[in-house]
Amino acid sequence: MKSPLKKLKQIIVRASAKSGEGHIPSAFSVLDILWVLYDKILQIDPKNPRADDRDSFILSKGHASLALYAVLAEKWFFPLSELENFGKFGSILGGHPDRNKVPGVEASTGSLGHGFPIGAGVALGLKIKKLSNKVFVLVGDGECNEGTVWESALLASHHKLSNLSCIVDYNHSTDRALGMGNISKKFESFGWDACVINGHDHKEIYNALIKKTDKPKVIIANTIKGYGSKTMENNPAWHHKSPSPEEFDVLMEELF
Amino acid sequence: MRKQFIKTIESILEQDEKAVLLLGDIGVFGFRKAFESFPERVFNIGILEQSTIGLAAGLSMQGLIPIAHTIAPFLVERSIEQLKNDFCYQKLSGNFVSVGASYDYAALGCTHHCPGDVGMLKNIPGMEIVLPGAAEEFDKLFRQAYANEKPTYFRLSEKQNSKNYDVEFGKAKVIKRGKLATIIAVGTMLELAMVATEGLDVTILYYTAVAPFDKKTLLENSDSSKILLCEPYYAGALLPEILETMSSKPISIESIGVPNRMLTNYGTACEHDESIGFTYKNIRGKLLKLIKQ
Repeated sequence: MKSPLKKLKQIIVRASAKSGEGHIPSAFSVLDILWVLYDKILQIDPKNPRADDRDSFILSKGHASLALYAVLAEKWFFPLSELENFGKFGSILGGHPDRNKVPGVEASTGSLGHGFPIGAGVALGLKIKKLSNKVFVLVGDGECNEGTVWESALLASHHKLSNLSCIVDYNHSTDRALGMGNISKKFESFGWDACVINGHDHKEIYNALIKKTDKPKVIIANTIKGYGSKTMENNPAWHHKSPSPEEFDVLMEELF
Repeated sequence: MRKQFIKTIESILEQDEKAVLLLGDIGVFGFRKAFESFPERVFNIGILEQSTIGLAAGLSMQGLIPIAHTIAPFLVERSIEQLKNDFCYQKLSGNFVSVGASYDYAALGCTHHCPGDVGMLKNIPGMEIVLPGAAEEFDKLFRQAYANEKPTYFRLSEKQNSKNYDVEFGKAKVIKRGKLATIIAVGTMLELAMVATEGLDVTILYYTAVAPFDKKTLLENSDSSKILLCEPYYAGALLPEILETMSSKPISIESIGVPNRMLTNYGTACEHDESIGFTYKNIRGKLLKLIKQ
């Protein structure tokens, strides 16, 4: 069955090939999650992306920026043609997203472990202001090595930030360094509601995102790094690599 | 200064509904009234400084004005990347108020010393750095700058100058004018500079902000081209600004500050002052040498 996101994957591969930059497998790992968020969940107006009453999404693993750019462009936050400038000197689209350049980007991330505490702060701020908007933060399993992830998990639970959801893109990229084991149980022990889903199944993603809880919620999304390309799937050689002209043709042919 | 800090923040919490206080499990007893009066905006956030700064950035994104407070090495050195990325890179507004300047916590050893804070923060473009020399000066400077939509570091010190001056954020004060040399006294160094220069025909400029640096006042008050820089942190943080400001004429500079080494002794801050040359005698000696050049 053809994925509805094949077109976005082609855009991502094209942008990476043109710039010689980009983390394609990381982008493919999170693309389904981002698509469901922006297509079905987030209350954000592309024409007024900084409106006070918006929901917030923070891509804490900023190196998956190509996925965010492709989805934001598809949702009319900026023209799709901007992707052609990805990584160029004067481009608004860099290897990691910049909130002061890219419409729709909430936080400038890149160094891992920063987006989650910021998201907790946004959620606490909404609570102080008595607003009912939601905050979603996406972290990677490698990023879960960072102490600030667990500091933020503690903070969110202590301050009862039920408006905050964390999605863990669990593609096992950190298994070779510092395995995270059962991340769901770790979050539960920090006082979070947790569920485990297939991070490429849109129905499962949607159901997990809309589930109401009275605690902060973590969604452990089991994903495949490079999902949608048999060449790249779970192949560490592709972590930060852009395709050669020959590889580009192969990728464009095989993407699903 | 600490008492004034509490008084000022309590008043601002009352006047400004956007102000949010985040304590790193420091000053909790002192702020007990604020906890009672503003439970929704005063938090003892815990001993997790990096995430506290990140969380403060999130509050700032919501249009609130965070005021984060803990001991200098934990607020600055522990959280330096959060200050850089989460605040300065993202151009967010926030206030960071430290206690334990340089070696105020002398007996607690190097882990609790922080003479490197100003030099480190000066290397982050966009960070404002304020060093009040006395309690009421903190009140004035904080009120002028806390809501200016920029990240601002306020360095509280146990040591104080005996007199409060009518200071203005980002502007140096001319304490006296003379012909032989210009002394730049930063924050709590003013008291030493005043006594050390008694009877000498010199200019004293009092700086309570290192960033932004007031170039104009220096340019207008440095005809002697002889400058003695007195800093209460690792020596030389302001040298680039002075050299840039004075680039059109040859100058002679002497500098007094904390020497760039680990201060592994304990004791008191006064004993450290003596051992590193923060004395009237030493400052006067350096000044006389400079004048004779």
